[in-house]
Amino acid sequence: MKFAGVPLAIFSIVLVVPFVNGVYYTFTDWDGFETTKLVGFSNYAESFQDPTFWSTLRFTALFVVVSLVLVNAVAFGLALIVTSKLKSANFLRTFFFVPNLVGGVVLGVIWQFIFNSAIVALANKYDWELFKQSWLQDTNKAFWALIIVTVWQSSGYMMIVYITGLVSIENDVLEASQIDGASPLRTLFTIKIPLMAQAFTIALFLTLRGGFMAYDVNVALTGGGPFRTTELISLHIFQDAFANGNFGTGQSKAVVMFLIVALAALVQVTVSKRYEVQR
Amino acid sequence: MNTRARWGKRATFGVGITVAFAYAFPFFLVFVNSLKLKYDILENPLALPVSITWENFQQAYTKMNFFRSLTNSIIITVLSVSLLIVFSSMLAYYLARTKTKLTKYIFLVLVASMIVPFQALMIPFMARFAQFVSWNNRGALIFFYIGFGVALSTFLYHGFISTIPTEIDEAASIDGASDMVAFWKIIFPMMRPITATVAIINALWIWNDFLLPRLVLTEETQTLPLSTYLFYGQYSIEYGQAMAGLVLAVIPIVIFYLVLQKQFISGISQGAVK
Repeated sequence: MKFAGVPLAIFSIVLVVPFVNGVYYTFTDWDGFETTKLVGFSNYAESFQDPTFWSTLRFTALFVVVSLVLVNAVAFGLALIVTSKLKSANFLRTFFFVPNLVGGVVLGVIWQFIFNSAIVALANKYDWELFKQSWLQDTNKAFWALIIVTVWQSSGYMMIVYITGLVSIENDVLEASQIDGASPLRTLFTIKIPLMAQAFTIALFLTLRGGFMAYDVNVALTGGGPFRTTELISLHIFQDAFANGNFGTGQSKAVVMFLIVALAALVQVTVSKRYEVQR
Repeated sequence: MNTRARWGKRATFGVGITVAFAYAFPFFLVFVNSLKLKYDILENPLALPVSITWENFQQAYTKMNFFRSLTNSIIITVLSVSLLIVFSSMLAYYLARTKTKLTKYIFLVLVASMIVPFQALMIPFMARFAQFVSWNNRGALIFFYIGFGVALSTFLYHGFISTIPTEIDEAASIDGASDMVAFWKIIFPMMRPITATVAIINALWIWNDFLLPRLVLTEETQTLPLSTYLFYGQYSIEYGQAMAGLVLAVIPIVIFYLVLQKQFISGISQGAVK
């Protein structure tokens, strides 16, 4: 037991207690300092009456779905390139992984410079209509800017997950399919992908969770603007609580976020697991 | 190799190298512009510098207090990661070797906790720990990282310890070694591969973390991501200096990566299969 006491105590203090506390606070009139009475579900009712909360939820859902699909598609493509027996495979892998080393905030401001200054300067010089106004000043284009940066950042990490899956496939299975005359594409879809389904389960789970929790890139790239239209759920909760002082509704929205993440992850893992082949 | 396969290989290489350039391009752009004067940047951000100026770097280095933030980042990352390794390896050893209802239940709680987003905790968290934070905010931050990191690290160690035969522990205890001695002298050295994984995954997370330090740290204890963000916010009009600041922020971790590249990649793939 002496092995376990200290870390478990820290874990409880840092994670368990605030979590239980946080759920309890949503049912009280907590103002960040004290609570005087229980108020039932009124914090939740108030949260759901907030139209910006709904638009944030829609924006976040769209962001999660699009980033999940694109990050994984790109990452899987990169993994195929890197495992295709090229001489330059290691060199390419190094490049693909680099954006992942740098924190979201730094990446966010790098791309803020690109979208706000570099591209606009070039567009004016060479007369490119699409880029003359910064993408970050338009809600729809800012959405795609967020997606571009997220794909660029996360695909390197997911690539490693897929590489791990791809190299775990036994060579004799691949040789057998080659002898049977299966085309590379056929081998990919009927042999490789089913045999590495576990890598998909993991990568999809990580991107799903990452999408819901995205904060750094959001804050550094768009800061939620223009007019709070590109706020993802994390930034929305942060603003609600720490900028506007709405601790009760802020925490209720955070609990709603937790429930959505937990449910989505549970569904995704259950569905993905069904496709895994037992070896 | 037949011609079709050779062309396939060339096409793969072509796509690969193009994407690699696209991935590196933003960093290239930042670096090139960090060496230019403001006027030249707006004139053509893609052009190579006509005359190289290091003035931007000197300015950025002083204004973002680079040395101080770098030191803070290193202290916080090294201490948090070391303590996480010590605590979670011991906890995992206890949970994997003592098979009772209690340990099973504790392990389940740890695994389940990994789904809780920090955002769901941060508001009560800040209210509860305000005093602790104002007393010693670097210490508080390290304490928080242990709390938030212990679940994943313990989970990774737990998977690894399960593959070490219990006969080894028994042999040690017959030879008269206490639990502690057996663990540190025999079991822990055997876990080097997974320790590398735990170290790299946690170091990347803590080094780059932004939200928690933003809530906890003050100006004197700022880490690198925090001071980069604030510096960029203040000086983004001074493009050259802002770019130099970003170069400074990126360099330490990239050097670290290039030196330990093999460990990075194998560490992450080890962590992924668990």
